[in-house]
This record gives sequence, C-alpha cells and structure tokens, in this order.
Amino acid sequence: MALSAGSPPVASTSEAFFGKLYESKDGERIRRCLQCGDCSGVCPYGYLMEFPPSRMITRLRADEFDEVLASDAIWLCLSCYACTQVCPKQIPLTTSLMTRAKEELLLAGRVPAELQAALENSQRYGNVLGQSPRKRSEWAKGLTPPVPVLSKEHPSTEVLWFVGDYPSYHARVQGVSRALAKIFHALGVDYAILGADEVSDGDSQRLAGERGLFEMLASKNSQAFGKYKFFAIVTSDPHAYNAFKNEYPGLGISYPVWHHTEFLADHLDALRPLLTREVKARVAFHDPCYLGRANGIYEPPRELLGAIPGIELVEMAHNRTMSLCCGGGGGGMWLDGFHWEKAHTRTSEWRVQEARTAGADILAVACPYEPVRFEDAAKVVPGAEGLLVRDVAELLAEALGE
Amino acid sequence: MNIVVPVRLVPDLVEEINVDPGGTALDASWLRLIINEFDDHAIEQAILLKERGGGQVCILAPSVEGVDDVLFTAAAKGADRLVKLEGLTDVGLSSHALARALAPAIQALQPDLILTGVQAHTDLDGPVGPLIAESLGFPYVGYVASVTLQAGSASVRKEYPGGLVAGMEVRLPAVLGIQAAEKPPRYVAVSKVRQAMQTARIETQAAGEIDASGALAIQRMFQPEAAGRATMIDGEPAEVADRILEILRESGIV
Repeated sequence: MALSAGSPPVASTSEAFFGKLYESKDGERIRRCLQCGDCSGVCPYGYLMEFPPSRMITRLRADEFDEVLASDAIWLCLSCYACTQVCPKQIPLTTSLMTRAKEELLLAGRVPAELQAALENSQRYGNVLGQSPRKRSEWAKGLTPPVPVLSKEHPSTEVLWFVGDYPSYHARVQGVSRALAKIFHALGVDYAILGADEVSDGDSQRLAGERGLFEMLASKNSQAFGKYKFFAIVTSDPHAYNAFKNEYPGLGISYPVWHHTEFLADHLDALRPLLTREVKARVAFHDPCYLGRANGIYEPPRELLGAIPGIELVEMAHNRTMSLCCGGGGGGMWLDGFHWEKAHTRTSEWRVQEARTAGADILAVACPYEPVRFEDAAKVVPGAEGLLVRDVAELLAEALGE
Repeated sequence: MNIVVPVRLVPDLVEEINVDPGGTALDASWLRLIINEFDDHAIEQAILLKERGGGQVCILAPSVEGVDDVLFTAAAKGADRLVKLEGLTDVGLSSHALARALAPAIQALQPDLILTGVQAHTDLDGPVGPLIAESLGFPYVGYVASVTLQAGSASVRKEYPGGLVAGMEVRLPAVLGIQAAEKPPRYVAVSKVRQAMQTARIETQAAGEIDASGALAIQRMFQPEAAGRATMIDGEPAEVADRILEILRESGIV
C-alpha cells in the first residue's frame, strides 16, 4: 500500500522499542551487543525462554520485535542481574531491555493473573499482600521495649527503619523484623519506623513492568519521609535499598540509605562484644541479587556472620557475583504458578541443593523474599529437610542471648 | 448498542468492619469502600462486548468516597461515559431504595442493555438487578457468565447451582445480572488510569427519590456470637459413633 505524499512514516514495533530503550539510563549501549550469548547462557531460565536476552536483541535488530512481544516467556525473567553482570559490553540488560519489554506487555494488559493481584494490591493497599494498611506495624505489637513509630509527637530520629511489605506482614518474615528491633535496642540505635505511613518501595513492581505504580508508591513514601526528620534510612530489604539508592533519586527523592547488614557491619565494634552466645553451625551465605550484583555489597553480611561465635562459614558453588536468584525478583515473587507451569522446577530448589552440597546446616539470607522461598524449597529437596534458613539479623539476635 | 453498567461500592473486607452504636448498621466512620466484585465483572463484560461489536459503555455509580477512582479505572479500560449520582451516600441503602434511585438515571441514558453484578455482600435486601428491571419494566436474567448480542436480543449463558448451565435468549432492552465476565477483569496500568484522569470527564447527576418501601427493615446487626453449645464426645470411635447416632435419634433427625 503506497503512503500518501507527506504522511509521516510509522515507526515499526522494533523502532519504537529502540526509542524506549534509549530513554533508559545507558540504554543506547544496546547497540554495542556482540551477540556473544553470555547473557542467555547465564540466565537461570534462559534455557526455557523462547527469546533469551541475546535473541531478543537479534530480533530487535532484524525489525522483528513483534515476535518477541507475542511471547509471554519474558515473565520468566527474575531481574536477577546475572545477564547484566556478565555482559562484556556493559549493556544494562536488566533495567533496560528486560524491564522495558515487560512494560510493553503490561501496558497491553497481558499480565499473568497472579501478578495482577499483587499489582492491584499495591495500588489499593500500598502492599503486595493485600493487607490492611492500618495494620502495617502490628508485627511490633507487644515488643519490649516498644518499636518507636514516627508521629507528630515524635517527628525526628537518627535512623528511619523502612520495614517493607514482607517484613511488616508476612508471618515468617516478621520474625526478621523482631530480630532487627532486638539488635537495634541492644546497640542503642536511635531509630523509628513510619508505621501506617509507609507503603511498598515498589521496586519489584517496577521491574515487573509497572513503572506508573512504582512512581505512585515512591511519591507516597516521599510524602511520608517529608513529614519527619532523620539522617539515614536503614532497611532489611535489598529491593527497597535498591529503590532508595538508585531509583528514587531520579524522582527527586534522595536520602542516604543502608542495608541492615551494611549498617550493622559498620557498628561491628559495638556489636561484637554483645555476641556472647555460641551458634554452632556451618553457615552458607546466599548473596541476594539486589544486595550483591545490583549494588556490589558482598562482604558486610559475611563479616557479621564471621563475628558470631561458633559459626563456620562455607561458600556455595554460586557465590558473590555468580549468586543464584531465589526466584523472587522482577515479579517472580508473584509468578510462582506461572514459573512452575513453564519450568517445572524452582531456582530456590537448586539453591537449597547447593547449600546441602556445601555441607551447610544453615542457609543465611539477607532479603525478605528468601526465608519464605528457601524454607519452602527445603521441604521438597531430598536431604535438605534439616536445612535451616535464617536472616543474618536472626542469627545475630540469637547470638545476643537474652 | 448503548450499554449501561450501574455499579456500587461496598465495604472493603480487608479493613475491620464494626457495627455502629445504633446496632442496625455498619459504623461508616471506619469503612473503606471498594467496587463490588461482581460489578467489576459487569464492567469487564461490557468492555468485552464493546470490543467485539462496538457501541458505547456508560458506568453509573453513587457518589461516595472512592467513586472517582472506580470511574477513571473503568475509563482506562474503555468505558466511554462516566456518571456519578449525588444523594446516594449511604452505603447501607437497601436494594429497593437503590434500584428506585438508579432507575430514572438509567432510563435517561436510553440503554439497549444493562449489565450489573448479580449480587453484592451488602445485599441484605436481595440483589439490585431484578429490582432495577422491575422499575424499568425490562426483562431480567441473573447468574449470567457469557453474553452474545444480535439485533434486538441477547443470547446469554446462565449458571445454576450444581454445575447446570442454560442457554437463553432475552429481548432487549434487558437487565443482566453478571456472575462472571467471560474473562477475568483486566489489569490496567497506573499510567493509563492517570491518563484517564486527565482526559475523561465525570458527569454528575441527581439521583432519583429515595424510597425504601418494600425493603426489609434491619432489626439488629451484630458480630457472630460464640455460643457454648458444642459437646465433645470422648471414647473409642465405636462408642462415639453410637453416641452420635443416639443424639441424632433423640433429636428426630434419623
């Protein structure tokens, strides 16, 4: 069909998508791709994807990106940064290519049902679990000393503890919050939480393609932050950490932020003498994707574990930059059914198997997605039934004794 | 095809629900409202029909807290016209009163088809769909899970308990009580809802007169009360079974 004279050329799907990639930070580096295929090889689910990252780029260059967007296999992407980590040309594959492709599917309304529920919950309740926002600080009920909550009467603190969705609401992960409160108290940290003013950091929703939702949640958190005075944010959630450190500043929301393992390692001189109770165990540390690969923090959690009397640290086959995702990133936390349908296996099971092979009694973690995922996996991996999964904060709290 | 979808907002059960001191209604001060789940399916079914055969979809809702979000979300999904009705702020309004208040507004929109949720958890007084149909003199089919339109009539799939399904044809205009849309209600990205907030317009109309005659009167509303009437039967399984049989005989059940 001939175009009438003067009508503007219509951009193809591939051209339009190129345009969107260039808008994201360092997105133009996509042009450097050598087609070496390392990204697809290192991807935990690459073998299942119709179009793993390198093949997505092939189709993009061939002006055939429609075919990529017609596949739903992109939802297998765990945003784990493994591809970004190995790329010899430093293409930000996770934040540009993979996330932008998910955004396209999401805008077209092609969202797996389980993910839809998590996104709708985030919109309505400010947390992915669909719990009452008023009950956000119920985990702290009955703790002595009480966990301070910021309010008009208590408007300032040194450390703002951003608790996060799972540490606030999930029965298992609430234990990590209580452990961290105990450590803060033991160290005499001047801290407080936001209580009902806090909403989800939104980072995993962003990486699942819901940019607008991320911005909405960020703006709500920003309003809450703006009401109070504090010097730094501390969080036990690497996803929240990543959001505050790397994404919120782009929206004009900028605060110093520490992951709890970073913060506690910084206070190790004060903490060490308090760690009096022996925890006799071989412990393997699982590097969370958003603490390790995405933000380069590998040693502080190991320093903390090394300071606990009785603990012998062992390493799993995949560690530090080569760590293996628990399966919860990039929306994976809310795609279990979808992933099972496609893969009939879970990365959390592989990880638990590795911990077992390394001879660990305890798999130590530092992300709120992990206790749940790994404990669930340990139930079905032969020989891993006895494996304990503990956040670094839980092990430290145990070593504090009474 | 002019499709009108009257929807309502109901108390969100994620939040705690309390009975007000009067003891005949919910304490409104703590309520947070959410679209009735079945009405959400009615919106989806209307949009699916529009996508298949064209037409216009108009969403009609009482003007209560949270209604703008519900209407803009519907616009982002593809609804063409958004109308909120002033004067219907009482979430505990009986279905009889609600239907009578909605009927003139629906009639003014000259609908070919009215889709509404088959029920709501606030339906203490029965579902609102048949009452709207009665007010307008239109036929009603409830528990509908699929709709196909042809000139002057609709073929619908009606679900019965026990897995029975009936195919029915109903002349238009008609009211359909939607049990489930043909597909689950779609996700609409926050950015699209924001766009709708910029471009869509919500019209405001006065609701019809509030007349609750014929509705049930609530005498008492209360939390389920624990009663100490359960009896634990101890002993060997055979003894326990004998005792259960004895109790059933004594009470005339067997």
